[in-house]
Amino acid sequence: MSRWLLTACILLVASLLAGLAVGPVHVSALGIVEDALSHLPFLDAGTRLPRVEEAIVWDLRAPRVLLGALVGGMLALSGGAYQAVFRNPLADPYLLGAAAGAGLGATLAIAYGHGDDGLRPLAAFAGAAVAAAAAYLLGATAGVGRGTTTLLLAGVAIASFLTAAQTFVLQRNSDTVREVYSWILGQLDTAGSGDILLVAPYIAVSAAVILAHRRLLDVLRIGDEEASSLGVDVGRVRLIVLAAATVGTAAAISVCGLIGFVGIVVPHTVRLLAGASYRVVLPLSLLFGASFLVLADIVSRTVVSPAELPIGVVTAAVGAPFFAFVLRSGRWVGV
Amino acid sequence: MIELDSVTVRLGGRDVVRDVSLRAEPGSWLALIGPNGAGKSSLLGAIAGRLRSSGRIAIDGRERRQLGRRGLARLLAIVPQSPLTPADMTVGEFVLLGRTPHLGYFGREGAADRHAAAHAVGRLELGRLASRRLGTLSGGERQRAVLARALAQRAPVLLLDEPTAALDVGRQQGVLELLADLHTEGGLTVVAAMHDLTLAGQYADRIALIDAGRLVGCGRPEDVLSEAVVARHYRATVRIADLGPAGRIVVPVRPAPHAAEVGR
Repeated sequence: MSRWLLTACILLVASLLAGLAVGPVHVSALGIVEDALSHLPFLDAGTRLPRVEEAIVWDLRAPRVLLGALVGGMLALSGGAYQAVFRNPLADPYLLGAAAGAGLGATLAIAYGHGDDGLRPLAAFAGAAVAAAAAYLLGATAGVGRGTTTLLLAGVAIASFLTAAQTFVLQRNSDTVREVYSWILGQLDTAGSGDILLVAPYIAVSAAVILAHRRLLDVLRIGDEEASSLGVDVGRVRLIVLAAATVGTAAAISVCGLIGFVGIVVPHTVRLLAGASYRVVLPLSLLFGASFLVLADIVSRTVVSPAELPIGVVTAAVGAPFFAFVLRSGRWVGV
Repeated sequence: MIELDSVTVRLGGRDVVRDVSLRAEPGSWLALIGPNGAGKSSLLGAIAGRLRSSGRIAIDGRERRQLGRRGLARLLAIVPQSPLTPADMTVGEFVLLGRTPHLGYFGREGAADRHAAAHAVGRLELGRLASRRLGTLSGGERQRAVLARALAQRAPVLLLDEPTAALDVGRQQGVLELLADLHTEGGLTVVAAMHDLTLAGQYADRIALIDAGRLVGCGRPEDVLSEAVVARHYRATVRIADLGPAGRIVVPVRPAPHAAEVGR
């Protein structure tokens, strides 16, 4: 664990530096480190970057890189948490309809918000949270004693209904299709420090709650009955972890749109590398997820420069071949 | 001690256990026997709180319904018939889960917990397998890992549902001898549903025979296990031999051919 933790921390620092350094204007990583040191109080060290480069690094790239790290870490951590709760390797943070709810919320805000950009994250957040809560309530009340199967089915039903509603709204407002799809494919390019301040508290609290449950999520691996016979209140653990993962996911996608595959690819990669215990999978998913999205963002803004690829396209382009590799290699690791 | 008073378990609209009253003394071994579908596992499920039941169930003199989940888990360790053993979990990690009832909600295992788990691993001769993943073990080795997890729980009562079903004869004997040691040395109370009547007769202090959900006999093995009783409730032809201190053995024999068939 400690070896992989160190590796994940080093990779995250390297990714953050690369995210700040790489772009149409290349800035040396060493220069960025020295500039950062020169800003530290009581430490007379480092030399400052030229003014223009300093503005590019700290005003333009830093919010984007930081937001990418926060969102990537949260989506990967939520994916791991969902897989633990559902004991399903295909579970991802959007399983209970959060994506469909956020999609409908954002679509409504774009279509009827009269150009108010501040409304979109709020509507997406509310849509995701309401959708997941509705799926949970439906699944929990319909499937008492039937484990997570009815929760999964309720998530499918809610997601289908909300997607249909979103399609209806889109059809009635066809002039918004481009903007809605741009949001659906994920974006970090409009990130500002306001976005970070908006989502950081939700992500911090959600991540802390999920990580605090990592031992209990390991107990859940032996099944509801067995875990219950060891004194664990399975329903309570499931509700708290799902609520935390959903709030964190809703916060993440409210500012960045729907970025897929992070919640599946990262936890599975961690399992392949470091084992299946959630004491290991969850903290490493947080760190590797942050690195993964920062690196994916570098690809998204450089591969067709000066244009940008939607970041959701990059994560899916990595995620789909990864799945194919895992399936063909037979290195599937259970949850 | 476990006390059952008029316990009834209703499943799928019918009573699978009906009005059963039983008592397992502290440090005793009570074997539940009976044909398939008799209600042995359902009765264990009711004691463990997994199945809803009517009537009174008391453990260590305390009403089971008044015990919280953790309180119950500290008194009762359960070895189910078909336990879920995650393929990618190591034996060591799996056995350590047995310490869960002794930890707080956000608690972490301490040295005492690791010692208890290591001790259980040692007693079940799993030391060299401790770092192996459960998915790489044989059925018998997995069964021993499940038993080790239950022992790591250090509960005074152990409920077992067919504890030796996946084991070869040597491992069966090993596991049952271990349980016998624990229940005589450590005062462990054992309540086990057992299919093998010979093993039940050799290891249990008392046997409760259940048929069609009802308790139809309870007492010392020599009082309950008879050829007539087995024929009536199992519809089986057996011979029972008393080996003195080694216990009684129950051997199935082929039924005698009908007279008509013999004469043909």
